[in-house]
Amino acid sequence: MRGSGGYAMVLAAAFFVVGMGDALASDPLLDQGRKIFRKCQSCHQVGVSAKHTVGPLLNDIYGRRAGTLEGYRYSRAMEAAGQEGLVWSEEALSAYLEDPKSAVHGTKMNFGGLRDPDDRRAVVAFLRQFSPGAANIPEAPPTAPLENADPEIPPHILALEGDPDYGEYLSSECVTCHQADGEDKGIPSITGWPGDRFVTVLHAYKTKSRDNQVMQSIAASLSDEEIAALAAYFSKAGQ
Amino acid sequence: MTGISRRHFTQGLGAVAGAGVLAGRGRAAFAQARPKVVIIGGGAGGATAARYLAKDSEGAIDITLIEPTKTYYTCFFSNLYIGGFRSFESIGHSYATLASDYGVNVVHDWATGIDRDAKKVALASGGRVAYDRLVVAPGIDFDYDSVPGYSIEASGLMPHAWKAGTQTALLKSKIEAMREGGTYVMVAPPNPYRCPPGPYERVSMVAHHLKSTNPSAKIVILDPKEAFSKQALFMEGWEKHYPGMIEWLPKSIIGDIKTVDARAGTIETDFDTFKADVANVISAQMAGTIARDAGLADDSGYCPIEPATLRSTMDAAIHVLGDSCIAGDMPKSGFSANSQAKAAAMAIRADLLDAKAFPPRFSNTCWSLISTDNGVKVGARYEAGEDKITKTDGFISETGEDAELRKATYEESLGWYAGITADMFG
Repeated sequence: MRGSGGYAMVLAAAFFVVGMGDALASDPLLDQGRKIFRKCQSCHQVGVSAKHTVGPLLNDIYGRRAGTLEGYRYSRAMEAAGQEGLVWSEEALSAYLEDPKSAVHGTKMNFGGLRDPDDRRAVVAFLRQFSPGAANIPEAPPTAPLENADPEIPPHILALEGDPDYGEYLSSECVTCHQADGEDKGIPSITGWPGDRFVTVLHAYKTKSRDNQVMQSIAASLSDEEIAALAAYFSKAGQ
Repeated sequence: MTGISRRHFTQGLGAVAGAGVLAGRGRAAFAQARPKVVIIGGGAGGATAARYLAKDSEGAIDITLIEPTKTYYTCFFSNLYIGGFRSFESIGHSYATLASDYGVNVVHDWATGIDRDAKKVALASGGRVAYDRLVVAPGIDFDYDSVPGYSIEASGLMPHAWKAGTQTALLKSKIEAMREGGTYVMVAPPNPYRCPPGPYERVSMVAHHLKSTNPSAKIVILDPKEAFSKQALFMEGWEKHYPGMIEWLPKSIIGDIKTVDARAGTIETDFDTFKADVANVISAQMAGTIARDAGLADDSGYCPIEPATLRSTMDAAIHVLGDSCIAGDMPKSGFSANSQAKAAAMAIRADLLDAKAFPPRFSNTCWSLISTDNGVKVGARYEAGEDKITKTDGFISETGEDAELRKATYEESLGWYAGITADMFG
């Protein structure tokens, strides 16, 4: 029968989500934390297949010295904070998340902060689930990386091989506002991004699903190849 | 030097590019062979041109930047100093990094003349500097006579503060010392002039300052125009933040300005006389004197250029950037000058080193602050057309935007300031 197969699939999917929720977040605090984490997930991944994207992955963050994960290029400010003794505890994470740019002056994390202490408590509790070693937390199974809000980009666009030399030329326009060395001084850092994230975000401006007028105007003027070229250049820039 | 890859930009340099060759021939011989670019003016156009030429030619061009001031105060964000949002020091920049990290020969002197036949620039101190290519980026000068009674001497009493530095500090001190309930009168400039939204951002910043220190004070704008940049946004903001404080009087109401009297502090128009406790007279403008004296300007007082390269149509060895040039649809702004400088630097490298040149990408955005955390912006993209630089696409903030967006726009402007000044000075 035509409809039954689809129906079974929907049931199975629903069962999977409920099952995962049971294991992970039956606590209202964790539910709240998961919701708040949506603000973070365009740049950060957690979970079993999490990797560094625009920001570092957040598995096992508890007890880790700031700015020390292999394979991620931190701001100089974050590395210095780690060298000066910043270790991610519940208190340290909460203080950082309240006002990132004040807590670590020069961080490239482009996030205004969570002013509400309940929001911070919730998101920090949510992150604990992915740090099995953290004191006083029940171990929880990791999840798949969460989806972010930007539109799906067709595979043939993501697959375009950009010319980094052409990207370097095009980048001279970007660095009128974005710091060439990757610092965030009021405008987001764009160096060291994974190429596919860079392409996705510029296409999101091009299709106006992200709403900064300056970026919409610039993205509209760039061809798919030019976006790929910029992605190739900036993924290596600032090193 | 800069950490940026230069693979592409060194293409075409051939045998002179490599460090090994440099060592082998010896520095002196190499230095003599290097083409010379001289840049007059170290603002958004000149400093950017110097930095991009140095960065992308990797020492293959001998670059001299002539700029009289050792600390350059940016005209952009100088209004925020008047409003109390920035310190004077925070808008000052040194040329030390351009000299030390980029190898630019920074000469703090006045360029007093250009001998186009001999290809030499004369300095006030008596020296002459030879060039193969000259970049002229002196910014604006004032046509004092456009406001009868105004003069360079009168600007000590009625500051223009339209070049940042001592004039800006003078205007701020006068506003701070203004009597209670006094009147600040701005004579706004006619088109075209540096920074189209600037006079109206300035009025916003003066109002912001007076609102807390001198709330019964008044602001009058005597405007030779009938409309101005971001008008709806400013008008909305003035109504919201400074109700009843600001009066804008266009030419259709006041007629022409007949005369200003700097000693008496009066401004007489066709129909009325205004008594100013603080007068801010921004006259008509024109290309910097050195550009006009060298015959690079036309009857408009500004310098015609080829759109893609900013090369002077009067002299193939000279490029004119920024406020001094006729940039078609692009406004006179620091952002525009920075954008033009990159196109000119690329064209000059293509010329002198046979490096590859891409089509230029011109853009501009002007942010303005209306009140605390209330920023707006206007911007556009441009392309090099046949006869002029032509606008292709534009945007502007909307009236009625929420506070969160306006705050984000202001914060974006802070990021831009940090970005463009790093792009200019390294």
